[in-house]
Amino acid sequence: MAVASPTRAFGASIRRREDPRLITGRGKFTDDMHLANAATAMFVRSPHGHARIVSIDTSAAAAHPGVLGVYTFEDVKGFISGMPCAWPTTNTGDTLKLATYPPLADGKVRYFGEAVALVVAVDPNTAADAVELVTVEYDPLPAVINNEAAVAPGAPLIHDSAPGNQAFRWSLVGGDTNGALAHADVRISQTLVNQRLIATPLETRCAVADYNPASGEVTVWVTSQNPHIHRLLIALSTGIPEHKIRVIAGDVGGGFGAKIPYYAGEALCIFASKELGVPVRWSESRSENYVATAHGRDHIQHIEVGATKEGKITALKVTAYASLGAYPSTAAPGVPTWLFGCIIQGPYDIPNNEVHVIGVYTNTTPTDAYRGAGRPEATYILERVIDLVAAKVGRDPVDVRRLNFVKKDQFPFKVANGTLTYDSGDYELTLGKALHTIGYTDLRAWQAEQRAAGKLVGIGVSSYVEVCGLGPSSAANAMGFAGGLYDSATIRVHPTGKVTVFTGVHSHGQGHETSFAQIVARDLGVMVDDVDVIHGDTDKVQHGMGTYGSRSAPVGGGALRMAGMKIRAKAQKIAAHLLEVAEEDIEWVDDAFRVKGSPDKSKTIPDCAFAAYMAGNLPAGVTPVLEEQHWYDPENFVFPFGTHICVVEVDRETGETHIKRYVAVDDCGEIINPMLRDGQVHGGIAQGIAQALWEEAVYDENGQLLSGSLMDYAIPKASVMPHLELGHTVTPSPHNPLGVKGIGEAGTIASTPAVVNAVMDALSPLGIHHIDMPLRPAKVWAAIDAASH
Amino acid sequence: MHPAPFAYKAAHSVEEALQLLRSHEDAKILAGGHSLIPALKLRLTQPALLIDISKISSLRGIRRENGKLIIGSGTTHREIEKSHLVAEASPLLASVAPQIGDVQVRHRGTFGGSLAHADPAGDWPAAALAVDAELVIAGAHGTRTVHASEFFTGMLTTVIQPDEILTEIKVPGEGTPGIYLKHRNAASGYATVGVAVTATHDHGRIGTVTIGVTGATPVAFRASVVEHALNGHAVSAHLLDEAASHAADGLECLSDIHAPAAYRSQLVKVMVRRALGKLLHA
Repeated sequence: MAVASPTRAFGASIRRREDPRLITGRGKFTDDMHLANAATAMFVRSPHGHARIVSIDTSAAAAHPGVLGVYTFEDVKGFISGMPCAWPTTNTGDTLKLATYPPLADGKVRYFGEAVALVVAVDPNTAADAVELVTVEYDPLPAVINNEAAVAPGAPLIHDSAPGNQAFRWSLVGGDTNGALAHADVRISQTLVNQRLIATPLETRCAVADYNPASGEVTVWVTSQNPHIHRLLIALSTGIPEHKIRVIAGDVGGGFGAKIPYYAGEALCIFASKELGVPVRWSESRSENYVATAHGRDHIQHIEVGATKEGKITALKVTAYASLGAYPSTAAPGVPTWLFGCIIQGPYDIPNNEVHVIGVYTNTTPTDAYRGAGRPEATYILERVIDLVAAKVGRDPVDVRRLNFVKKDQFPFKVANGTLTYDSGDYELTLGKALHTIGYTDLRAWQAEQRAAGKLVGIGVSSYVEVCGLGPSSAANAMGFAGGLYDSATIRVHPTGKVTVFTGVHSHGQGHETSFAQIVARDLGVMVDDVDVIHGDTDKVQHGMGTYGSRSAPVGGGALRMAGMKIRAKAQKIAAHLLEVAEEDIEWVDDAFRVKGSPDKSKTIPDCAFAAYMAGNLPAGVTPVLEEQHWYDPENFVFPFGTHICVVEVDRETGETHIKRYVAVDDCGEIINPMLRDGQVHGGIAQGIAQALWEEAVYDENGQLLSGSLMDYAIPKASVMPHLELGHTVTPSPHNPLGVKGIGEAGTIASTPAVVNAVMDALSPLGIHHIDMPLRPAKVWAAIDAASH
Repeated sequence: MHPAPFAYKAAHSVEEALQLLRSHEDAKILAGGHSLIPALKLRLTQPALLIDISKISSLRGIRRENGKLIIGSGTTHREIEKSHLVAEASPLLASVAPQIGDVQVRHRGTFGGSLAHADPAGDWPAAALAVDAELVIAGAHGTRTVHASEFFTGMLTTVIQPDEILTEIKVPGEGTPGIYLKHRNAASGYATVGVAVTATHDHGRIGTVTIGVTGATPVAFRASVVEHALNGHAVSAHLLDEAASHAADGLECLSDIHAPAAYRSQLVKVMVRRALGKLLHA
């Protein structure tokens, strides 16, 4: 859709400019990089969850025609001995036990699918044949999968360096929780399981490495959400100088957090390319993706709540056992701690709260961020707690939410544990709008009629606040993250007035090529189609921290806004000079600098860019060329919020859940592109509903992944999605240059408890108050069956 | 996809395909490929030769002869779904076809391939049992015809011998009312349980009911106990309740991470009851 005016570009539902390329097959994904003479890498993977490696015989594979090399840990350890962890955090003294994460198994395998040997061959079929020729003798060991069992006495020990399988203990305390619990009118104890999930991006992970022995330079194409962080970690772990490494993450087909980490696969492609003198490519199969790419969530949470008899929550105490899997992935320790614990009171004014997290190793695929990363785990606790309290005190769950909300006049609001200050909010506003949209009063009357007729119908409400827009850097450093969380933008106005924008954040489905062009088009008064957005190449883009934690618009967009204002400031000097008036006599109106009182006398940014390129007629002190850069480090996080409401009917005889209606009202501050915003909400809700109802990574007691393919792991299909009724309110962030708050994770955070609350509401007449996710039909039917006996 | 190496030959007649089968020990028949190719991809099967029968035109098509529907084994699910002849002659088959996989799968997967593969969660075995299909199998010494009730011998196994090919399936074509109800596995879309039911009734009295069940057990079966309890009796909700409540009697149901045996057993009873209700209006 063409937008007539640059000033209307911001806020318009412009169609994604990347789509014609992507849907006609002209995208350039990592696997599309076909370099001459490229060899193919494949991995021999462990069939055991936990086993000692007795021997590895690579001779038959090495002798197979077309095989270029077969490598084990001993061969690669000189190049890379361990995968680095970038968030080595703990806050309870020296309890962090960061186990070594070898690129190939070192003497022992610790999870099903762990890479044991690397095979490189002239083509994929030869490599796959050779993988079968590697003989590994294992001595199987008992495995431990359950997070609490892992730290129980006598559990199989996974790492000698982590006694009791404990990776860390971490705590945040606000107020006097034990005291408040002791004096509470009502107390509730509940255990919740937030199950393990598999991100399942449409594009699996791939890497292509091309090492040039003559120059010592290496180019790595990789499926990454944060190419500069990948470059840094490659440099730190391999010793290749950072300025000799070019990381390119062009088109990336979805990440959901699983493409934040730095994995052995890409590192070993670099190793093999250096070793063999040819480019080396590697591309995961789906089955391989399910074992080799980081999983998400996986908490067991014990909760204690104290409340008044009116339902005002006075105390919340959470003890969570969070699995890191078998090894500490790049950001893993930070996800179940800071990203989870800081926001533990959500949108509620809970003056006394404590969260204690025990990070554990289990014989499972390493975990890391997964869409929402910590915040869904916290929100799920709160939203289940509100409904449990409401049931206990006999009040409508909506009333209990209202009673506990942080009120509009309390912002900026500092949480009880002191870690966060919510920037702005109006939780009543989104709740009210959602209730109005769904017709809540009538809905409860309808429910009463349906129940009288024997139907199991339920209404679930979920209100949330999330902490987004990761940074600022000072907070990131304080939380132990080994990096800043600023971001960057360069805006280059070409002599013809066309614009190229370089951003340090990364798009892997978000649509930045569209939304970021809208931001710049408004600020520069140019057409959206005249702005191109470049990202994902460390040789083109100045440094940047990539995309996760809904930071692209708040931080990357903030940097763009600031760089745009620098362009405007410089251009204004040029415009005044060209118009032969004082700077203060011109103003920016209708996409141009205009002389006050004589708006026909004007200069556009392209006019100024051409003058800056010619450079012969510039005001004193103004340098040639119109190009500006800005490094934006936010002063605070941003805090989007909202309310989702879900209506379900549960089939009493089969346990199937049918979603009858779904209303989502989200407030992400200013909206750059409503269509992209809706797309983010749609996708988020789909993934959140899927956690509530279908998705679960299931291991057996030996550590075999039973849900190891799409035949057994139920991602949501379009055919099973309900119609989504979306609404929004706009509460701008007071400190963000664009007033934006981030929307990428909201749907995932809000929808899971909305659906679970609805199902539990449906089942409440049977005396059922909680069933752990996913609410598969078989599990729900078993609960119904047990309740009716 | 990186399967183990194999040779490939496309046959252009049933005779040629049979000849290839006889002359190669480790050969597999390839039709729509929707079960075979995933197995090849995972290297779960590593045949030396694939014999492609999808180009044999005589195996494809739907016609009516002497009151029976004759469906070539290479006919796709989609062709059955779109066939007016099937809709008129066998409402049950017409009910099954659109519930298989998705449109893309139905354009490739074949009726005969699904029956010959005998996946415990396949849809067609239940229907073949319920309509008492006759399966025509070609071998070195001509053809033989086997009733569906004798065709399936176990999980993924049938009476088809290694040197034989299923060529066509004969189905009664009187338009007997029928319906297929399917509880889909949320991940795979396969049947957790599927029930295929036909029923006739006249002036409130049940004529003949047939019930085929897939997904619940290693091999699809006819729920004969329920059928006998219904045939010839006056229709009533109570009768259907009572009969359906015995649909899972004595079953040793499959159990997996999605559906424990007790749940499959429950689904058999509930779905048989619901299918009967739809056909008999009670």
